[in-house]
Amino acid sequence: MKQLYGILENIGSTLVMGARAIRYINTLPRQFPRFVEQCYLIGYTTMPIVTILCFFIGSVLALETGYSMSETFGAKQFIGTLVGLTMVRELAPVMVAILVTGRVGSAITAELASMKVYQEVDALVTMNIPPERMLVMPRMAAVAVMMPVLTIIGDLCGWYGGALVCKYTAAISVEPEAYFAALKRYMQMSDVWHGLAKAEVFGSAVVLVCCSIGLNTRGGPREIGSAVTKAVVVSLILILVLDYFVTKILI
Amino acid sequence: MADSSATPASGKTFGVTIEKLSKSFDGVPVLKNVSLEVKPGEIFVIMGPSGSGKSVLLKHIAGLEQPTSGRVFIGEFDASDPATRDKVHLALVFQAGALFNSMTVYDNLALYPREHRLCSEAGIRERVMHALQILSLEKSAGQYPGELSGGMKKRVAIARALVMEPQLLLYDEPTSELDPVMSATITEIIATLREQTAVTTIVVSHDRDLAIAIADHMAILMDGRIRAVGTAADFKSPADPAIANFLSPTIDLKNPRFKQLENDYE
Repeated sequence: MKQLYGILENIGSTLVMGARAIRYINTLPRQFPRFVEQCYLIGYTTMPIVTILCFFIGSVLALETGYSMSETFGAKQFIGTLVGLTMVRELAPVMVAILVTGRVGSAITAELASMKVYQEVDALVTMNIPPERMLVMPRMAAVAVMMPVLTIIGDLCGWYGGALVCKYTAAISVEPEAYFAALKRYMQMSDVWHGLAKAEVFGSAVVLVCCSIGLNTRGGPREIGSAVTKAVVVSLILILVLDYFVTKILI
Repeated sequence: MADSSATPASGKTFGVTIEKLSKSFDGVPVLKNVSLEVKPGEIFVIMGPSGSGKSVLLKHIAGLEQPTSGRVFIGEFDASDPATRDKVHLALVFQAGALFNSMTVYDNLALYPREHRLCSEAGIRERVMHALQILSLEKSAGQYPGELSGGMKKRVAIARALVMEPQLLLYDEPTSELDPVMSATITEIIATLREQTAVTTIVVSHDRDLAIAIADHMAILMDGRIRAVGTAADFKSPADPAIANFLSPTIDLKNPRFKQLENDYE
């Protein structure tokens, strides 16, 4: 019971922190350098791994389905549709969110936990600079901008990974023209929005959780490490739980 | 202390009233019914042994902790109300400095005026360099906190507080971990700043020399309770044996203190 109360309290304080941060959105123009720095950290530094991972996920997806479909007459022409829709609606947003958690979320928690433990956050409070304004809001704004960008990059890499496998795997042998024609034929713009909406929800949740755990760290260096682990685990669970509910709402 | 010209205080300075303040962490009482009155413009030193609750008391004045019971007022404003920080310019010099490690010394000092848009970048530069000059830190403006010695970090923390032009200035153990010469320097800086700016100053310390040298009034906090309050002169030869033992401990190798530590202040 006490644990449940603690979890509810943490959820409540995280949501309150997020609401406070959003209230300071009007300060974004004068915090522009901080926003750009966060965009760089979230977007640019995550992009290479998003590219590699999504490329190979698309490739594996095409390989697995290609072999399965090669035995059914006419089914191969739908590989493009399958890879395209799966990447856009599900795999790209989820994989990008997981990578942002590992690459950026952990760094956010470590930085904020360290600032909290070494009283830098207390110093901000005494200077009447709300931590939500300076530390949370620029990160939330940056993730809101960068998640769709990373997801679109992930989508494209997944599609091209699948196309390459289809062309150069003898057992599949689907030309890129046919692959992309199938992809276009059954995919609608709403599928893309569906994936981008998911990415936005996941990204915001990851940044909120990582900021909240970082800013509520107490103790010393050991607790900073524990906070990072906790933030990553909670974020990963949250991504998968939210994935179900967001899909349920959007479908 | 190169410059004798004053850093202007922001007009009004505030007194502090602590009324029956108690604080417990997870049921463990740290402060027990503490009441104090600090007059505007004075230097008030709170002394006490380690773990007596001095820093927790200071955090209540700064509004960083919420009381379990009782209240703290800065002037007529409740210190635990976040809105008080809009009305009172309060600066706290943390024990370890609490400088922003990812920023240079200059940016540490410029953060407050930049965030509150107090003046143009040229005005901020003038304000920051003036504070650095007062603390003889002009050459360190481009350095990062990690590159500074303990004494320099403390001076940077004081300079950062000065840039805020505080109406209430709080110091948490300003001379801890410093050599005697640097301790004396910091003590002189605290006294001179009060002289120049008439800012109400509360210092938490267990440095007897600092307290006797600069305090207008001082209080002894032991085991979460106020044991005595008076002027610095009152504590030169205190009648209370526990206070006398704390302020001027004798080293007795035949009957070492650690063997009777539990009853040390009873």
